[in-house]
Amino acid sequence: MLAFILRRLVQAMIVMITVALIAFMLFQYVGDPVTFLLGQDVTPEESRALRAALGLDQPFVVQFWHFLANAAQGEFGFSLRQGVKVSTLIAERFPATIELALVAALLALVIGVPMGVYAALRRGSFLSQVFMTISLLGVSLPTFLIGILLILVFAVQLGWFPSFGRGEVVSIGGWTTGLLTAKGWHHITLPAVTLAIFQLTLIMRLVRAEMLEVLRTDYIKFARARGLTDRAVHFGHALKNTLVPVITITGLQLGGLIAFAIITETVFQWPGMGLLFIQAVNFADIPVMAAYLCLIALIFVVINLSVDLLYFVVDPRLRVDRAGGH
Amino acid sequence: MSLLRVEHLVVEFPGRRGTLRALDQVSFDIAPGEILGVVGESGAGKSLTGAAIIGLLEPPGHIAGGEIHLEGRRIDNLPPEQMRRIRGRKIGAIFQDPLTSLNPLYSIGRMLVETIMTHLPVSAAEARQRAIRLLKDTGIAAAAERIDHYPHQFSGGMRQRVVIALALAAEPQLIVADEPTTALDVSIQAQIIALLKRLCKERGAAVMLITHDMGVIAETCDRVAVMYAGRIAEIGPVHEIINQPAHPYTRGLMACIPDMTQERDLLHQIDGAMPRLTAIPPGCAFNPRCEQVFERCRQERPELLAAGPTRAACWLHASGGGEP
Repeated sequence: MLAFILRRLVQAMIVMITVALIAFMLFQYVGDPVTFLLGQDVTPEESRALRAALGLDQPFVVQFWHFLANAAQGEFGFSLRQGVKVSTLIAERFPATIELALVAALLALVIGVPMGVYAALRRGSFLSQVFMTISLLGVSLPTFLIGILLILVFAVQLGWFPSFGRGEVVSIGGWTTGLLTAKGWHHITLPAVTLAIFQLTLIMRLVRAEMLEVLRTDYIKFARARGLTDRAVHFGHALKNTLVPVITITGLQLGGLIAFAIITETVFQWPGMGLLFIQAVNFADIPVMAAYLCLIALIFVVINLSVDLLYFVVDPRLRVDRAGGH
Repeated sequence: MSLLRVEHLVVEFPGRRGTLRALDQVSFDIAPGEILGVVGESGAGKSLTGAAIIGLLEPPGHIAGGEIHLEGRRIDNLPPEQMRRIRGRKIGAIFQDPLTSLNPLYSIGRMLVETIMTHLPVSAAEARQRAIRLLKDTGIAAAAERIDHYPHQFSGGMRQRVVIALALAAEPQLIVADEPTTALDVSIQAQIIALLKRLCKERGAAVMLITHDMGVIAETCDRVAVMYAGRIAEIGPVHEIINQPAHPYTRGLMACIPDMTQERDLLHQIDGAMPRLTAIPPGCAFNPRCEQVFERCRQERPELLAAGPTRAACWLHASGGGEP
């Protein structure tokens, strides 16, 4: 198992270096920072002097090495637009995005798994067909449309929920949270639901398909033949086997939720990293874009690693060395 | 009194193009402690008979006629919850493939304890003791230690021993064993059959042994039922079925077993194939392949008729005869 983790860590390193390279390329090929800083009317001498001061006259590999070393310390330089350190900017925005993604993922799991189980066990019943139809809508409607519709109904017409912002936040050791205040929950509801709907329908469909698959297996048939109760068969034997693939997808989706919260954050003006990124793109704020890219890659890598480790918890076949059975 | 009595059992599968009759008027009984072999080609309805008895027919298949009695009590029309209590407690089941019969995410101990506690009023600790004893009985060494192992830590033969332990966990009086050795190495098959036979004898449990291996039948069973196209062709004591079969199909089946003492170039075979369920001929289902067919066979379906020591569904044995 240790060897497995080490191998995964090496793979993760390779992924991170590749992403860092792509992020670094942004600096190289999206405009010349010197022109950017000094404008068009400069003498070649001035330009050369700044170039040397910034280390831009050094070979590519050396420059990349500096970038890597800084990135490893969370240092991505200053935002071109706001003149603030990129690390500070991201640290401010990070909690908002993480909270939104986690609440959405939790919502999707807590509602999606039972719906999927129900749709599999009561296949063909009226309610499970309703679930399947709704899920088709959820999968096919684009997120921004769901967001706008929710705003229209619940914020504009009914006035139940606010349509933008995080509401009241409490700061705990640099981490600002909206989950400790009623206002915060009030504000997070619509964006979290918007973000969760796609995941929810995906999880529901996945659980249903896996569950139907598992219910056909011999060990379920044998469990029934031993006279176990439906409850033990469905929620013990079947559900546990269903969860292995569900863990994988949910893990990957959590990364996706964080990375692609951009649209939801824009619609709801949620002060998270996605909104920061969109603003950075508009102003060609390359250091922010590069940092965002690296951070998202890191999140994906960490989640994948955690999912792999979760397998060990769920599946005994991976856990122990094979003891001879003959 | 017989332990299990099946009378005129009919199982049907409704489909788009009409209803398929997969079992047609199947009748037999099993005495307490008896081992009844059920043989026949693939698709003859052997496994389906077993599934109907334990009440686990795959929908849309269902019992469309006849009755099943266990210890004199009718069980084919019981509500699902009552039938569940009978499964495992009164009738145990063993399936073909031990590699897929066990839940990979449960330790074998957990499955055993779960099964015992579902049916018997014992504490968890007591159930675990019983489970260990069961594993010992099935010949698993260091049972107290191996009880916490997972299925993947056992070999195929060992897993089938675990499956047998699970089937016997709540001390049922009847075991429906559906091809229990087909998926195993030939070298292990005999061990498993001997084990099953010994354990059932010790506990006084009867066995319905579904197989297409005539060798297993000859060594193990007290009586044999030969099935063909969803019907019983012949039923009788094992010795008589093997040595003086009365039904032409049984005769053909026995002739198919290669005899090692004779030098032969060609293996015997019965010409033709078993009819599909959609195209069972009128009269005797075997008549298109039968070498002794006559007019009555094509028109009237034979009941099981006394044919010496066995009973055969064949007009050759009609008293007064119809033979030309």
